[in-house]
Amino acid sequence: MARRPEAFAVLGRAVQTPRGVTGLVIAGCVILAAAIGPFVAPYSSTEFVTTPFSRPNSVAWLGGDVLGRDVLSRTLDGGWELLLMAAAATALGVAAGTACGVIAAYAGGWWDSVIMRAVDVILAFPQLVFALLLVSILGPKIWLIVLAVAISHAPQVARVTRAAALDISERDFVKAMQILGIPGRRIIRRDVLPNLTSVLMVEIGLRLTYSMLVIAGLSFLGFGLQPPAASWGLMINENRVGLIANPWGVLMPAILIALFTIGVNTFTDAVARASLGVGRRSTEPDPLLELAAAGVETPL
Amino acid sequence: MSAPSEDIPVTATKDTPVTAAEDTRRATGTPRLAVENLRILMTPRRGRPDADVIDEISFTVQPGHVLGLVGESGSGKTTVALALLGYFKRGLRPGGGKVLVDGQDILTLSEHELQKLRGRTIAYVPQDPASALNPVLKVGTQLREVFSIHGADPDRLTDVLAEAGLEDPAPILAAYPHQLSGGQQQRVALAMAFACRPRLIVLDEPTTGLDVTTQRRVLDTVRGLCRSYQVAAVYITHDLAVVAEIADHVAVLYAGRLIEIGQARELFTGPAHPYTRGLMRAIPVLEGTYELHGMAGSPPRPGSRPPGCFFQPRCEFAVAQCEQRQPEMITVSETGHAARCVRAVEIKALSGTATLASQRPAPPAEAPVLTISGVSVSYTNKPVLRDVNLVVGARQSVAIVGTSGSGKTTLARCVVGLHKDWSGTIQFDGQDLPPGVRRRTQDQLRRIQFVSQNPYSSLNPRQTVGQIVGAPLAHFRKLPSAEHRQRVGDALTSVALRESFAARYPDELSGGERQRVALARALVLDPDLLVCDEVTSALDVSVQAAIVELLLRLQAERGLALLFITHNLPLVRSIADDVTVISAGEICERGPVTQVLSAPSHAYTRQLLADVPAFGPG
Repeated sequence: MARRPEAFAVLGRAVQTPRGVTGLVIAGCVILAAAIGPFVAPYSSTEFVTTPFSRPNSVAWLGGDVLGRDVLSRTLDGGWELLLMAAAATALGVAAGTACGVIAAYAGGWWDSVIMRAVDVILAFPQLVFALLLVSILGPKIWLIVLAVAISHAPQVARVTRAAALDISERDFVKAMQILGIPGRRIIRRDVLPNLTSVLMVEIGLRLTYSMLVIAGLSFLGFGLQPPAASWGLMINENRVGLIANPWGVLMPAILIALFTIGVNTFTDAVARASLGVGRRSTEPDPLLELAAAGVETPL
Repeated sequence: MSAPSEDIPVTATKDTPVTAAEDTRRATGTPRLAVENLRILMTPRRGRPDADVIDEISFTVQPGHVLGLVGESGSGKTTVALALLGYFKRGLRPGGGKVLVDGQDILTLSEHELQKLRGRTIAYVPQDPASALNPVLKVGTQLREVFSIHGADPDRLTDVLAEAGLEDPAPILAAYPHQLSGGQQQRVALAMAFACRPRLIVLDEPTTGLDVTTQRRVLDTVRGLCRSYQVAAVYITHDLAVVAEIADHVAVLYAGRLIEIGQARELFTGPAHPYTRGLMRAIPVLEGTYELHGMAGSPPRPGSRPPGCFFQPRCEFAVAQCEQRQPEMITVSETGHAARCVRAVEIKALSGTATLASQRPAPPAEAPVLTISGVSVSYTNKPVLRDVNLVVGARQSVAIVGTSGSGKTTLARCVVGLHKDWSGTIQFDGQDLPPGVRRRTQDQLRRIQFVSQNPYSSLNPRQTVGQIVGAPLAHFRKLPSAEHRQRVGDALTSVALRESFAARYPDELSGGERQRVALARALVLDPDLLVCDEVTSALDVSVQAAIVELLLRLQAERGLALLFITHNLPLVRSIADDVTVISAGEICERGPVTQVLSAPSHAYTRQLLADVPAFGPG
């Protein structure tokens, strides 16, 4: 099957674009910091090394936090859990949402109505409120936070993939498989899903950053990881009272979350553009028009 | 054709300076549009040579005359058309030459001056009127906007619509674009274009999406408007027959060069360039059964064009000289007919049209493969098909002809099992076919195959040709991989593609190659019945001819029964034994092709036949 090499080719092409490189480098730096952070941090994340909210000094390079712990060490230590949770929630949410959306689009009729109305019900809750609801009932457990965030993503992913899959399901190449009597599962897997790559890449990028924000937000509100664990969302909450005295306690986690968001979205955008390159001419035979792929306004 | 013989409005000015000067004196005035040595370049980019897309294009158009600009996909006809409005697509830029409208070179104007010119002096009618009209504004609002922008008298609104053939303008003005038919939309676009009494109008394939009857009426309207307001028109199309209907003069483009130009009637009776000749031999005509000849190969792309004549690699008349340098325009008659070919005079002397085909041998009477009896279909209580009966014999080729909306595609979908809400019976090989795919036997599914209209959507862009063609095989027969590959290779060879195509992706293929792949996918299972739904309508004529040749060969070799659905009546004569004419869901006429086309008994068939554009005096 040539699907695997093709996916690599798309990634390869994405990395060759300035956009792809920029995104990858930015996101990569944040991931690297979070991954090796706990091993290179100068102090333990719970060690009191300086006075509360002290300015950056030779002992604590980024100053102290609300209890006098080292901001740098806590920043380095507080990312990996957040990133892993965000990645897990995204993977779950996108997988569930895509399954719902594609089945609704491909099967149509009764299936479509039932799935999409269920989706609408979940959509009626704001994402954070929905997660808060689950966590406040069942308690702040890591698996529950991941699940809650995933469930809050799924309906939105389902809406987007359903719209894209509807278009693909109506294409003649899907009809060509249907009249052979090939089962729907196989058509979805072989013909519909591969054509959703660019849509899914954009979704993954978006959802990953939303996951970060929701999980960090839950920590901020006290429903995520519990003190004394270091977590970027929790750090922002703890240290905001000392924003004037030592802004780094809030700024460092905020900057890393922002950088990761920007990096991931830039990269997935590049991947989405690169994957559009496959089958680019699928609707346009004219090699001259292909030069002007951006489209022509009609000067009337 | 009723081109006035005393003036000669179109000439290849560069290469025939004497004739051009005479023309200007003899003609009724200065030409409304004069294009001189137009050259358009691709903006240089990393890793791409600074290639020209368009070069050495020269022609003139007199007021009240229509010039047909003909070319296949990629010939540059739309690029030339947009240049006439001073517009260049992204990635393209002017590289020299002049576009004179009433003596004013519009290529030297600023964007602001051009904006004032467009719509008022030069109007444009796009290919797809539905996308040119704003769907959320009423037609009246949009037309009034055009009037107010260009300072025209809004009271003329109804007159303008009436001139465009919309006799009862009030309901049209109050309607939204989607409430109008394709023909009405195109008339609204025409009315918009003619609203400000332009000097020049550029029409970009305005009838491509319309059925023959509507097309005929729109063509008449365009011609009438150009005559009565002395507007010069440039009509861009890939359809030679349409040009023969509307144009006084014809210019043929190939690979960005003007290769032939002349008075329409003269050019069509004696084409002087091998390419024009080839195009004409690829077009099916109603009168008489001609052999269709496809042209091998495809036009060279900008940047990879051969050093000599661009057509030389595909040309059956090529001599050694053709490889060395580009031929100049050679004038072959005193009326200004000229062609860019060293053998132009010889070729013009040859007979232009194709050779008569030997009569299709009548297939031996055998048991019918497909029997459709009393089939009716409705969508939400609206009948689409009413009591349709049809028989396709083994080895027989049956055409179903009808305009858009006649229900012919629905019938095809019922047969292949894509549409399952029908009543009546369809029998295949003596057995009743259940409505949906799911209830049919594996054997029935394998033996009925389908090729759909648009080769651009019928191939999965994420799969290689080998995967696409192999998919049906993998489903029905689990073969060892060597044998599987062998079968896929054979299927590709049978549709005249090399086996190496198996490794390519669809976006690396041309339209004709894609349709061959779709055919290979249908043939890999050795079907008994092939249902072809408008399989050539998205293709250029030369490619269409090649696909028809291929289908006929395959049918003869494999003893296929063919159900060929089309709106193209002339094509039917080349491909079918029997024809069924369908209108508004009902069959109005059926019989052997020769009988139906030469002596139609139903009024609808007669109308269809009369509306088909054709060469010669219409």
